[in-house]
Amino acid sequence: MLDSLLSLGGLVLLRDSVEWEGRSLLKALVKKSALCGEQVHILGCEVSEEEFREGFDSDINNRLVYHDFFRDPLNWSKTEEALPGGPLGALRAICKRTDPGPVTIALDSLSWLLLHLPCTTLCQALHAVSHQDSCPGDSSPVGKVSVLGLLHEELHGPGPVGALSSLAQTEVTLGGTKGQASAHILCRRPRQRPTDQVDPTTHLTFNLHLSKKEREARDSLILPFQFSSEKQQALLRPRPGQATSHIFYEPDAYDDLDQEDPDDDLDI
Amino acid sequence: MFVELNNLLNTTPDRAEQGKLTLLCDAKTDGSFLVHHFLSFYLKGMGRIDAGVNLTVARERGQLVFLEGLKSAVDVFFQTQEEPHPLQFLREANAGNLKPLFEFVREALKPVDGGEARWTYPVLLVDDLSVLLSLGVGAVAVLDFIHYCRATVCWELKGNMVILVHDSGDVEDEENDILLNGVSHQSHLILRAEGLATGFCRDVHGQLRILWRRPSQPTAQRDQSLTYQYKIQDKSVSFFAKGMSPAVL
Repeated sequence: MLDSLLSLGGLVLLRDSVEWEGRSLLKALVKKSALCGEQVHILGCEVSEEEFREGFDSDINNRLVYHDFFRDPLNWSKTEEALPGGPLGALRAICKRTDPGPVTIALDSLSWLLLHLPCTTLCQALHAVSHQDSCPGDSSPVGKVSVLGLLHEELHGPGPVGALSSLAQTEVTLGGTKGQASAHILCRRPRQRPTDQVDPTTHLTFNLHLSKKEREARDSLILPFQFSSEKQQALLRPRPGQATSHIFYEPDAYDDLDQEDPDDDLDI
Repeated sequence: MFVELNNLLNTTPDRAEQGKLTLLCDAKTDGSFLVHHFLSFYLKGMGRIDAGVNLTVARERGQLVFLEGLKSAVDVFFQTQEEPHPLQFLREANAGNLKPLFEFVREALKPVDGGEARWTYPVLLVDDLSVLLSLGVGAVAVLDFIHYCRATVCWELKGNMVILVHDSGDVEDEENDILLNGVSHQSHLILRAEGLATGFCRDVHGQLRILWRRPSQPTAQRDQSLTYQYKIQDKSVSFFAKGMSPAVL
């Protein structure tokens, strides 16, 4: 299941709630990415580095780069340690990397970013990051970028949640009943790009092509039930001599023709 | 301290977990009995109180530090303050952030130079957080203040925090909803006291919902959430399963 969530790349939106927390799923996806050999960056705004790294063994921890926005996210201590540009600055710096390998960025959490930054700024940054590897004609090949964003549903209105949802390739909503957790997964397949049109009439055992003459004949054909102006005129002005119709019948030996009208004896 | 509640939470003063944030929430009822429980729970845990819990003694010993919000609020207006006042935001038209309040908290939690340590680990108890909203501070600013307190108290000093937030139940109070949900997501343990949906009752005063979040090790055996009903008596609170009040049985 974790593989399918990571396979599409782009933004994976993890929607959790107070009752069904999503950080454990985020950590599971981080662990999976690290085990696949990817470099994993974590923008940690909600929990300490120790708490986030808890449960990971040293192999995985060595592949994790933790950007600490937990201790002093708003620079209240006014020390030089504050990371310049804040979380978005760190996000852009990760994407400017020269290393062409695939990278996974975990945002813990998108809710914190959405509460402290304008929604449009955040969406633009996420769009730029997750679509980085889809620009054709770019000379430097950049590896696949996956962004895992943890979103606490109750903290935001439908507008911002909808905007983030539309940016996401995959959306996981956590819920459950009676102590049993469940995850609802929505995958958006990338739109098929139009490739070069293939001619369907090639490689057939019969000929579907028309010559020029055949095409002209076909185009000038009037269909029998097609209502044209000539037909309209003919119906409106019936020509004399065509009012009655004649039936020409040649009786054969077995016909018993009676010229009398069989209805003559009816007294109506 | 209510022994029955300790049993439900599976904890005692001498082996309480550290570095945890507990949220107390009340809806349509008064949750202050939970505040009293935790106040005496942690004072007992300090091991210096011999018989019962004496708040005055604790205060004299420096184990208990009060910020008397109401008195300080008045001081802000009527006295000139040299250094930033914890409730500075009351004077400012645009209540930007609660940094001065946080700095007051951090100062109060610093261990005293010399002498014996005042406590094994500090506990910050906030009663109640909703008041800051009604004083005009934005929900995000209050959440930032709690974040910084949590970073200092729970992570740096390995202490605990207990916060009371009222749930007014008002659908239109978006700021309170954001505050309550925001603190909920930061909490390790949530205790929610609710009045009964059917109204007041002599024998059952309310319902308590206990929700454990963010376990350090995922515990499959332990229930994630429990619901009990309770009755507040003179010196204790008794808890029972739903529908199992002694008055009914």
